[in-house]
Amino acid sequence: MFKYLMAKESDIPQGTAAIFFGISSIAWFIIGTGIGSFNAAKLAFPDWYHGLYWLQFGHMRQVHVHAVIFGWIAMAFAASMMYITPALGNTKLWSEKLGVWNCLLYNIGLALALALLWAGITSGREYSDHVWPIDLYIAFVMVIPWSLNVWMTIINRRTQGIYTSNWFFAASMFMLIIVFLIGNLPEFFHLTGLNEAYMTWWFAHNVLGLLITPVAAAITYYIVPKITGNPLYSHRVGHLHFWSIVVFYSTPAAHHLMSSPLPEWLKSFASVEGVLILVPAIAYVCNILLTMQGKWSMFVNNVEIKFTITGVLLAIPLNMQGGFQQTRAINWYIHGTGWIVAHAHLALLGFSTFAEAAAVYYGLQVLLRRKLYSISLANFHFWTLLIGFSLYWTSMTIAGLIQGAAKIYEVPYVDVVIAEHPYMIVRWLGGTMVFLGNIVWLWNMYMTALHGDVVPAGRQPAEMAYVR
Amino acid sequence: MAFREYKIGCWMFGISLSASMFVTIFLPGLDISSVSSTELALEKQLTYGRESAFSYEDPFLQGKGKPIKVVLTKDPMNGSAMDETNAYVFEAGTPFPAGLNHTNILGEDVKALSESKGRIAEADENGTVFLVKIDDASDTPYIENATATRGWTPAKVLSASDHTIMAGSGKTMFVREGCWWCHTLLPEQTQDWQSFGRPPMLGDFNGESPTTFGSDRKAPDLLHVGARNSSREWMMLHFFNPRLVQVHSIMPRYDYLWGDKDAQGNVIDLEAWDVGYQKYVSGETPYPPEVPDYADNTEIRYLIDFVLNLK
Repeated sequence: MFKYLMAKESDIPQGTAAIFFGISSIAWFIIGTGIGSFNAAKLAFPDWYHGLYWLQFGHMRQVHVHAVIFGWIAMAFAASMMYITPALGNTKLWSEKLGVWNCLLYNIGLALALALLWAGITSGREYSDHVWPIDLYIAFVMVIPWSLNVWMTIINRRTQGIYTSNWFFAASMFMLIIVFLIGNLPEFFHLTGLNEAYMTWWFAHNVLGLLITPVAAAITYYIVPKITGNPLYSHRVGHLHFWSIVVFYSTPAAHHLMSSPLPEWLKSFASVEGVLILVPAIAYVCNILLTMQGKWSMFVNNVEIKFTITGVLLAIPLNMQGGFQQTRAINWYIHGTGWIVAHAHLALLGFSTFAEAAAVYYGLQVLLRRKLYSISLANFHFWTLLIGFSLYWTSMTIAGLIQGAAKIYEVPYVDVVIAEHPYMIVRWLGGTMVFLGNIVWLWNMYMTALHGDVVPAGRQPAEMAYVR
Repeated sequence: MAFREYKIGCWMFGISLSASMFVTIFLPGLDISSVSSTELALEKQLTYGRESAFSYEDPFLQGKGKPIKVVLTKDPMNGSAMDETNAYVFEAGTPFPAGLNHTNILGEDVKALSESKGRIAEADENGTVFLVKIDDASDTPYIENATATRGWTPAKVLSASDHTIMAGSGKTMFVREGCWWCHTLLPEQTQDWQSFGRPPMLGDFNGESPTTFGSDRKAPDLLHVGARNSSREWMMLHFFNPRLVQVHSIMPRYDYLWGDKDAQGNVIDLEAWDVGYQKYVSGETPYPPEVPDYADNTEIRYLIDFVLNLK
């Protein structure tokens, strides 16, 4: 990486920035899930690691969250955008040099941000935990250069139209900047009280709904047609997906605070808008699954499609939960319980991670011009991820239902802790499987870069046979 | 961009996003900001000070620059007995909370009374003592600047106090140590009344930052914990090792907040304590080792003061 920092733009090979972002994202995925597994162990056996004061749960919990969101998910997005956007525009990335610098400063900034959270230096607001100097760094050094590369590549495209994926990429980066800067206003301008609490969840909701969900979807809009060779089922349904995301997904923020004393009209409005999230969700899932027509065998024998379609299928329970669990009829039961933790992992570790993993698998093979080193290891990774996630989701959902029952019958809290104990152990096992699977993935990608079969010019990795 | 439809699309995008933000930020902001501070909000502001998270006066979240809550049973001016009164001491340099600096936090009536009867406009950051009062005629709470109205200086109030409560510094500990990742501070409106107490109301948060509602309740709600359990001894044991008082607890130990030395000046050896504790767990000894008394102005003192003050 370092040799390209001072190189001339024309001397930097195409795809360099995307490769660095992709490798970084896998590394942060290992770090983030490793911390997650460690935290889960603490919840199952609080005295097990006694003496490691520098790994206190209350300090490490948010490090896990931000390592996976900013490290894994966002960097995998950056990697995907930096090869998909130029490919769809039949052009080069606007500036590889900017991309390489962006990746370096992104890694440095993220390490610093996590170190501060680790030390307990926080704004005390969930999901916008970073202190304001870090917020400014994230916005102006990490996100805006990345957005600039995406926007300028789209503007300089050599195709006439703009494909669905690129609408989402361009719009999501724009919305991310707006949401990030407005969502952190409470800290910049010392807003207090319910205004601050509401803005905290406005940010948390919109950063998920206007960045993570649509970009993960946009990636699958590229990967599925590209690898199967089928055209996207419907451009128009893609339009419906895009516009209903902008209109419906940007409004239900208050449903995260249904039991707080926010104005009642706001909670009702958010709840109705929350159900309307099903519009983009159904449009999207139908569009992708119908694109698979006639190519369903690839769900079994192509690893990128296997990852992508698993993610899309996980979007079905995700959105069914998401649409209805925030209505007053259901929310009073499951609010603040492990059910929500399970749902959050269904969104980030289920739907979006599977889509991004496919994009990183595929992107690195295309950019390195190397066929995947081992299909067996990739399948191993897939199953550790899927089984690990399923254990996690099932155990946390059951734990959440226990907590919900205990909450409404006002059972003494320690009885809930006792009842949850077996599920906390299963959650830890599931998280640990994901962590171990990711280490195998990094090894597999490292071996791909060094020893994968060379993909001849004009050929796609998907057209070549797996050897190992 | 070339295509006409992209121009139309950009306009539609801008209009829909702006409309969305108008409804989800501007309108709720107007609504929430129009609510006056309740008595609880005034007490919280004066207890916790300006900000409990990262701030200029306390960038490393050590509990610096926070007011001191003082319980008085005798008049600081002449020592004569009086009803128990809570006073909030802002020593020189302690920044004032949002309600005293921003126009919108107190609410119209509260602000008018705080200025006319409470004389808060005369308060300065060279050291001021505040009280929370209720106006009998209008039943409206207001802030009284006792330094101006009664001549109570920080030094006099601190020396006359029965005990001081470092709950402002303690809330910083609560934020830094991540207590709110498991303990919510928000009893829910639909249930929770019996075990966790009254859910908060709209004006209860004015001026508080951050509110640390918490979102993932893995442990009891703490908003009224001081009313359920007021034992400092229990809190001390529980923070040092929660399994001493509740064998099934999954809470981490907070023994490191005791610092290096206990109240008697002896060095605290956590490793040796744990060796003794393991013998107790395995049944070799009938009792766990003694929990050291914490020294004054340690982080654990702040945190226990904060928790016991949650009434």
